[in-house]
Amino acid sequence: MSTVLRALGFLHGVHPPEHKELTARVPIRRMAYPAEVVLPVRQHAGKPAKVVVTRGDQVERGDTLAVADGFISSPVHASASGRVTAIEQWPHPDGTTALAIRIAVDPHSAQVARPRMVPDWRHLTPQQIVQAVQDAGVVGLGGAAFPTHVKLAPPKDAKPELVLINGAECEPYLTTDHRSMVEFPERVHLGIRVMLQALGVSRAVIGIEKNKPDAIDAVRAAVPADLDVTVLPLTVKYPQGAEKMLIRSVLGREVPSGKLPISVGVVVQNVGSAAMIGEVFDTGLPLVERIVTVTGHGLVKPANLIVPVGTKLRDLLEYCGGLTGDAAEILFGGPMMGLPVSNLDTPVLKGTTGVVVLTRSEVRAQVSYPCIHCGYCLEACPVFLDPQYLGSLAMAGRYEEMPPHHLADCMLCGSCSYVCPSNIPLSQLFQSSKVAVRRLKAGAA
Amino acid sequence: MTASRLVVTASPHLKAPASTPVIMWTVAGSMAPIVAAAFYFFGISALLVIAATTIGALAAEAGFGARRTLTDGSGVITGVLLGLTLPASLPLWMAFIGGAVSIGLGKRIFGGLGHNIFNPALLGRAFLMAAFPVPMTTWPAAPSTVWQLAGDNFAAPLMTADRAAMVTAATPLGLAKFEHTHTDALPLFLGTTTGSLGETSAAVILICGAYLAWRGFLNWRTPASIFATVALLSSFVHWVNPALPGPLFMLFSGGLVLGAVYMATDMVTSPTTNRGRWIFGAGVGVLVVVIRLWGGLPEAVMFAILLMNGLVPYINRVTQPRVFGTRIPGVAV
Repeated sequence: MSTVLRALGFLHGVHPPEHKELTARVPIRRMAYPAEVVLPVRQHAGKPAKVVVTRGDQVERGDTLAVADGFISSPVHASASGRVTAIEQWPHPDGTTALAIRIAVDPHSAQVARPRMVPDWRHLTPQQIVQAVQDAGVVGLGGAAFPTHVKLAPPKDAKPELVLINGAECEPYLTTDHRSMVEFPERVHLGIRVMLQALGVSRAVIGIEKNKPDAIDAVRAAVPADLDVTVLPLTVKYPQGAEKMLIRSVLGREVPSGKLPISVGVVVQNVGSAAMIGEVFDTGLPLVERIVTVTGHGLVKPANLIVPVGTKLRDLLEYCGGLTGDAAEILFGGPMMGLPVSNLDTPVLKGTTGVVVLTRSEVRAQVSYPCIHCGYCLEACPVFLDPQYLGSLAMAGRYEEMPPHHLADCMLCGSCSYVCPSNIPLSQLFQSSKVAVRRLKAGAA
Repeated sequence: MTASRLVVTASPHLKAPASTPVIMWTVAGSMAPIVAAAFYFFGISALLVIAATTIGALAAEAGFGARRTLTDGSGVITGVLLGLTLPASLPLWMAFIGGAVSIGLGKRIFGGLGHNIFNPALLGRAFLMAAFPVPMTTWPAAPSTVWQLAGDNFAAPLMTADRAAMVTAATPLGLAKFEHTHTDALPLFLGTTTGSLGETSAAVILICGAYLAWRGFLNWRTPASIFATVALLSSFVHWVNPALPGPLFMLFSGGLVLGAVYMATDMVTSPTTNRGRWIFGAGVGVLVVVIRLWGGLPEAVMFAILLMNGLVPYINRVTQPRVFGTRIPGVAV
């Protein structure tokens, strides 16, 4: 069957301009080591890691800097050899600061990791695989950075049937997953193999938006003969890569409100995370670097780069030829859900899918008009909320009325704000409303 | 590299091109062929009346201190739409007051753009019907040249028009209601009959509406629902009693096409859900047939839409789609 004949989709959603042509055909390159890397202990969902090095320590690439604090946590490893110069609060992509370990990179080091045991996945129990994945510091590389090993250890009563690999990459501009699939399909399949073994599942599906035919072909051609892996083309629509939308597209199943994908028998992993697991069980090296798309019309030389985790934005931009004259806003992540960053010392994290530099003409206008009830947001919302009504509640401060209108089901994908002709910051309102509702509940308890 | 000129905005950082002013000005601009048709059929008086209602609407918009909405195009839509519902012979001072009332009582008093419950142009027309019933129901015959006035447009304010100077004609709906003669469908469709400025040529209005629907600024479901309902209901009524007009006459006479395409689809005063749009349209359709056939007035579209406008918040509430992941069919709670 041709890759383009059948494409699967969910209902509603939006079609922002893709802009992926800037880097879709640019092969992944390795960035030169910067003079300094800064590794925050909070790079994942869950508890921050606990620092185990002290100022002045010499570390080799791959050494543990901070250990996982409990099960829903992930360790942090040195992404370059050098000396720990400070452990201090440092700018974080989320706009706050976080405790971070600064390493002055040794310019004379060959940056070769210490020799280490490569775990042989064939002889590991599921528990041992889960432990190995946690020890390697693997987190979801699609942006949310949820510790990957947690999803490989579902609760006792869960019945996983299928591993669903998310290769949708529906965010405009980003080509990280695209290039990984084109260039490292074997890594993806090794990762899938390990995950299937950990979960005791025999079947995997890889969903890829059909705007990446070369990735579909490469991944399909590399499917090992002994694995039950299906590659499915998906319609090009945002947010196709949202976990629940992807499951709806591929299986026609709806994850119940407030539940996790495992409740419908599915474990979803980003394709980059699969490739990373493959790398861990191939080289034995923990997660110390990742692929990042550095792109945008505000950047001189867009590229797909392998970057040490902790590389500062400043170094990344300089490596890519710097900003153009009309560069106006820098984002960590894609333009739909990415975070704006204004401090050039902000480091790349494990979950940083890309860095996008928007030009002045692309940046959202700040002027809003009143809601004209056009209903575009209702047509856009992939979970069928009534964003214009929720927005009016939020603007009136009537937060207590929002949970019955399913505020909790909003995943902040931004589709409503994207289509709103009155430029009402709906998504932003819902983000702050979620905080307000949590506060109300905390106050009531 | 200077970071000082970077901006920080909330996600999403991209925005679809359609903006509220773009929508409003496109809708306003799309009425140009309808205005041109009005000029063709009724002469210079058509342009004078539409100009008067538009100036009245914008004067109210500015007078109530809403500078920014003066440029968003919504006031122009109201002004032109109101003008299209009036007879060409209406004195301009009445048209001006109608425009001012549309915006003042129809929109600003509710809080301006987006906050009004009723279609402002129709509210203005309802006011004019109540205030000046005779000039509002006196229909001019087509003038011999386009430069000839269709009536006493320049009557001094607070004076009634000089009807002696005017050649009047009956509208197709008036003929049907009071004289039981039915105009053929083709002249109705093309617009060669008398009536208000914008209610004559169904063909031009449908083309303009199709353009707006293609641009995504008009939801086709509302007019489709109105037309289907009127066609079905009037077919049934005509089958029961052949003395009553049939579906083609009902569809293309009066203000139905203008109302269905340009007024019932007003984003602010129509439902936000697609199911709601079907229900809203069906309600308008039923009311139009009922009022036309059994009401005291020949024309019904204005009241049908205004009545349904009042139901919109309720329609929105009861037609919300099933939220993803809730009440999943076949899955027990």
